[in-house]
Amino acid sequence: MLYREAGDFKTSYQADSQTFPIAFDRWRFWVVLVVAFCVVPFFVNAYWANAILVPFLIYAIAAIGLNILTGYCGQVSLGTGGFMAVGAYACYKLMTSFPDVSIVIHIILAGGITAAVGAAFGLPSLRIKGFYLAVATLAAQFFLVWMFNKVSWFYNYSASGQINAPERFVAGVAVTGPNTAPWAQYMICLVFLTICALIARNLTRGTIGRSWMAIRDMDIAAEIIGVNPLKAKLTAFAVSSFFIGISGALFFAVYLGAVEVGEAFGIQKSFLVLFMIIIGGLGSLFGSFAGAAFLVLLPVALKVVGVDVLGWPTDLVAHLQLVIVGGLIMFFLIKEPHGLAQLWRLAKEKLRLWPFPY
Amino acid sequence: MSAEFLYGIEVVINGLMAGVLYALVALGFVLIFKASGIFNFAQGVMALFAALTLVGIMEGQVPFAHLINAIFGTSIHSFGWQVPAVLAIFLTVLVMIGFAWAVQYFVFRHLVGQEPIILFMATIGLAYFLEGVGDLMWGSGIRTIALGLPQGGALWVEDLTSGLGGDDFYGFFIDKLDMVASLVALVLVAGLVAFAQYTKQGRAMRAVADDHQAALSVGISLSYIWVLVWSLAGIVALVAGVMWGAKSGVQFSLSLIALKALPVLMLGGFTSIPGAIVGGMIIGVGEKLFEYTIGAPFLGGATENWFAYMLALIFLVFRPQGLFGERIIERV
Repeated sequence: MLYREAGDFKTSYQADSQTFPIAFDRWRFWVVLVVAFCVVPFFVNAYWANAILVPFLIYAIAAIGLNILTGYCGQVSLGTGGFMAVGAYACYKLMTSFPDVSIVIHIILAGGITAAVGAAFGLPSLRIKGFYLAVATLAAQFFLVWMFNKVSWFYNYSASGQINAPERFVAGVAVTGPNTAPWAQYMICLVFLTICALIARNLTRGTIGRSWMAIRDMDIAAEIIGVNPLKAKLTAFAVSSFFIGISGALFFAVYLGAVEVGEAFGIQKSFLVLFMIIIGGLGSLFGSFAGAAFLVLLPVALKVVGVDVLGWPTDLVAHLQLVIVGGLIMFFLIKEPHGLAQLWRLAKEKLRLWPFPY
Repeated sequence: MSAEFLYGIEVVINGLMAGVLYALVALGFVLIFKASGIFNFAQGVMALFAALTLVGIMEGQVPFAHLINAIFGTSIHSFGWQVPAVLAIFLTVLVMIGFAWAVQYFVFRHLVGQEPIILFMATIGLAYFLEGVGDLMWGSGIRTIALGLPQGGALWVEDLTSGLGGDDFYGFFIDKLDMVASLVALVLVAGLVAFAQYTKQGRAMRAVADDHQAALSVGISLSYIWVLVWSLAGIVALVAGVMWGAKSGVQFSLSLIALKALPVLMLGGFTSIPGAIVGGMIIGVGEKLFEYTIGAPFLGGATENWFAYMLALIFLVFRPQGLFGERIIERV
């Protein structure tokens, strides 16, 4: 009834090319934003922030980043964990070297540094394609993690090899360090996520995004119609790494506070983010959110059901979780290779015709 | 000859032996990739699962004991018998064949015609699934394989070679297990090549690898061949799992050998069995030599984690299809 274009007249090009062509979608978008910014911060407690909301927001940024590279530009990357580590260590070095500069600028700069590193590791993608490239990005993963372990300059020669986020303030409120309020953690991640999502949305529907998609669909054909593969692939690597670097910086500074590189940014992290975009949907921003939410909520839900309700031992539940995640991935790929985003799209198509489908 | 040069040679020999083990894992990848175009990331976990199953059967453990105990409140752990090694190996092979059939029947049968990258991601899901099942079935502790494989350095090699250098050289240190593993790998490769060349099923397998549609049109059953290659890959995984497991214990880290095999594949090409072996040797020698000459003295060690990838990456920039891979021809 409510969900259709009929009666929603567009009188300008701007209105015609807006992100949400259906009025109901626009309203829904604003309601979600208002709830996220003005309602949730007053109710969030430490458990919700730590177990669900903050990791969801941070992984959503990483998933958007990887989705740009893999979903929009078609370059499979298994180096996400390594690039997140670059963001985290860049942020740490900036925080400790320039303590007077705002943390927000540090996080953005950390994203910029990661973008440069990502573009450098993206250079081989001009020659190497498909699986060979996926394996080649593992070189970035292992090399970067090794480097942050071995070169003690990166962790300021601390004896434990860990990096610890010092206390920093935004507008007088602590956002990093041990005294951070849950709502402050939540808010800074939410602001970054909102901005990243807006940037990503507008990049992917503009010239750059179209050249990425042309490269994804067939790179030789794209080159023939005038898309510069060097530019397209390297911008995809740079933009994707920028987002991943920001998520890495937030993951270290705001969420964990103290990080040991092999543990926090190992290969498992690369796979986790890759699973998020597969389950969510390749080449879809909504999919990035849905996949991140799904894979953050699933372990929490399983733990609540398995450990708290059924009283099973923790290790058994952890093993069951592997089985369920693996099984779900295969199930999704068989039933719906385009992920949760495709289910959402189908639901919206159905809604448009409801309740008179003929 | 100076002692340092001789130690260098020792490093090369040990690198070759390690390379054989890498090649063993890479072989499983190549078999499946050639026949079905699936890049099987789960190969390492298959090795872990096969080794776990072997140990579990030999010790007479009850499968899923933990799960059963948690659900029904019982406390069963083992049947209380020991299974002889030969029978246990036979049973494990049967389990791997059953696994191959299940994978084909429940997963990849439904994914025929999908893009390669989707198939690859399905195998990552399979890897997680199988890892969880392995832990649930047999527990997640560190296990040892009691197959009676020789351990420790081969003394006779040391005695034989100690005369080569001066007083400060004590002969080559070569692990007996590595020597056995190399021999087994050689026998396995010879067996696989003979199977592919001289048996009916082997010829059918090569036909499928060459061209799916042509193979179908002369009456070869694709699903049968796919179960066959997955079974073969399972058996190769069992051998690799036993060798690696005897070296460092059967535990989760065993599944990470898949990550060691990936650069081998890149170097050798995804579609070539000789490529897997030569690639394994190059990677094995290369990373040990690099660690010995540059990594340990100048870079703080543990360069083995990434050197193989960097080597493969640099190599691929010049030859994108690997050493022996088929030339990649792209058409619009």
